[in-house]
Amino acid sequence: MARGTVFKYGDNVDTDVIIPARYLNNPAEEELAKHCMEDIDADFVKKVQPGDIMIGGFNFGCGSSREHAPLSIRAAGASCVIAKSFARIFYRNAINIGFPILECPEACDKINAGDTVSVDFSTGVITDETTGEQFQAAAFPPFIENIIANGGLLSYLKARL
Amino acid sequence: MAMTMTQKIMADHAGLESVKAGDLIEAKLDLVLGNDVTTPVAIDVFRNAGFTKVFDNEKIAIVLDHYTPCKDIKSAQLCKKARDFANEQNITNFFDVGCVGIEHALLPEKGLVGPGDMIIGADSHTCTYGALGAFSTGVGSTDMAAGMAAGENWFKVPEAIKITLKGSLKPYVTGKDVILHLIGLIGVDGALYKSMEFTGEGVASLSMDDRFTIANMAIEAGGKNGIFPVDEKTLEYCKDRFTRPVKAYEADADAVYEREVVIDLDTLEPTVSLPHLPSNTKTAAEVKGMKIDQAVIGSCTNGRISDMRAAAQILKGRKVADGVRCIVIPATQDVYMQCIEEGLTKIFIEAGCAVSTPTCGPCLGGHMGCMCEGERAVATTNRNFVGRMGHTASEVILASPYVAAASAVAGCIALPEDL
Ligand code: SF4
Repeated sequence: MARGTVFKYGDNVDTDVIIPARYLNNPAEEELAKHCMEDIDADFVKKVQPGDIMIGGFNFGCGSSREHAPLSIRAAGASCVIAKSFARIFYRNAINIGFPILECPEACDKINAGDTVSVDFSTGVITDETTGEQFQAAAFPPFIENIIANGGLLSYLKARL
Repeated sequence: MAMTMTQKIMADHAGLESVKAGDLIEAKLDLVLGNDVTTPVAIDVFRNAGFTKVFDNEKIAIVLDHYTPCKDIKSAQLCKKARDFANEQNITNFFDVGCVGIEHALLPEKGLVGPGDMIIGADSHTCTYGALGAFSTGVGSTDMAAGMAAGENWFKVPEAIKITLKGSLKPYVTGKDVILHLIGLIGVDGALYKSMEFTGEGVASLSMDDRFTIANMAIEAGGKNGIFPVDEKTLEYCKDRFTRPVKAYEADADAVYEREVVIDLDTLEPTVSLPHLPSNTKTAAEVKGMKIDQAVIGSCTNGRISDMRAAAQILKGRKVADGVRCIVIPATQDVYMQCIEEGLTKIFIEAGCAVSTPTCGPCLGGHMGCMCEGERAVATTNRNFVGRMGHTASEVILASPYVAAASAVAGCIALPEDL
């Protein structure tokens, strides 16, 4: 479960704005957290509270393969990202580090910035508590669920090898 | 079940008779790549999970190319961490300052990747090696760690878009113009999760360098990979380089594609991408006269010898415009040496360019040419996102080496014939 306030962004949020290359020379999570989203929303790190939810449009996380991107969003305090679609490397990275992401175009259209939203990861149900509306996100295939259940890709591998 | 080229490579590496789009598979890897930004993160993930030994010290490549020669103390620490790991694990394909080149130009040149390979790299432009008929795709650091530990990883078998190329390119039109045009056509997520399979009689007319440039930017259309058929030019390129047996896969005649895009190479014009998305394309002629402060010629997209020759052809006997900085970065030491031997370096320096040792440098706003607010660059790189080459209020226009060099001379976006 996650519950928090929504920060909303548009289509094609790329990993260069999620965490600019000028900060990649220090991959410590607390450092990444300080600069998350600063090139498109300098207020994000000032306002984000633990559990808050990020909403994007199409192709969220496009661009560079830097895993620093989902790491910085998580380290900044966000509990998950909901988008209309994810760029594939970002999608893999999030799953591999065990950071929840959900695809749900309808929720992205209808939920407003600042709404309070709760997400049930086990069912994929997204509830906008401000408006009372509910949305159903696509479920993960069992294989991927298994990776997440194992606590990420490396623990999954460790268990297998 | 009919398969695409990508699907056949995946099936073979997963030990399966066949696969279809949507299948989740676990496949063996021929090479795992990382750089100075992504490897240190992967090392932590690898160690934290309790792994101590890589699966095969000859099937991992670590290339210190992004911030090198180190731009500051923190990047020196990152490089040291990668270097120490490479030494400890006896990684044979470790490339440090002095022999390093930009990873996606370097690995093909060194023969470390070739037809039929299955490759992951913790760098999004790993898709470049599709030019050789390999499946290769960019991943994150955790994937790299998994690849280093197990020599395999999980994949979702992609659907494919068939990109049929017809005819041949006009003078001053290059692979860069092909891929920018294509991204303009289908959008930055036009190939999301999909493989882009290039085919058609037009392929034969494209040089290997053109193919590398095209495959390199598959990711800018959201593609999982971009792949070319293996032909005479591929084999010629691999000769004396790639030592493993060549495996040339071909798509089945009845393979299923999500859609087909036809590109008539004859009709293409020099193309640019305006800020801030690679899909924001115009012909260079349409935006002629846009003022620039900087020109960058290099990167994993266009830092190969044919790119250097193209730029030199334009810059020869000319001068970079007053007020414009033109930075030329050969992508590898071999390309650098060739530039010297062919007299290209002299042409660049006489024209007033800064010529650098191989590095990613300005491409990602790392060093060697960051811009401040209000500045605009024309660059042969592959991304023009907000802040990509420095300040968030600076701009990057993507172009071919011909257009970048002509623009450097003109001081604004220009075509070679304008000079
Ligand atoms: S040249 Fe640019 S795009 Fe290519 S690997 Fe380096 S930073 Fe990435």
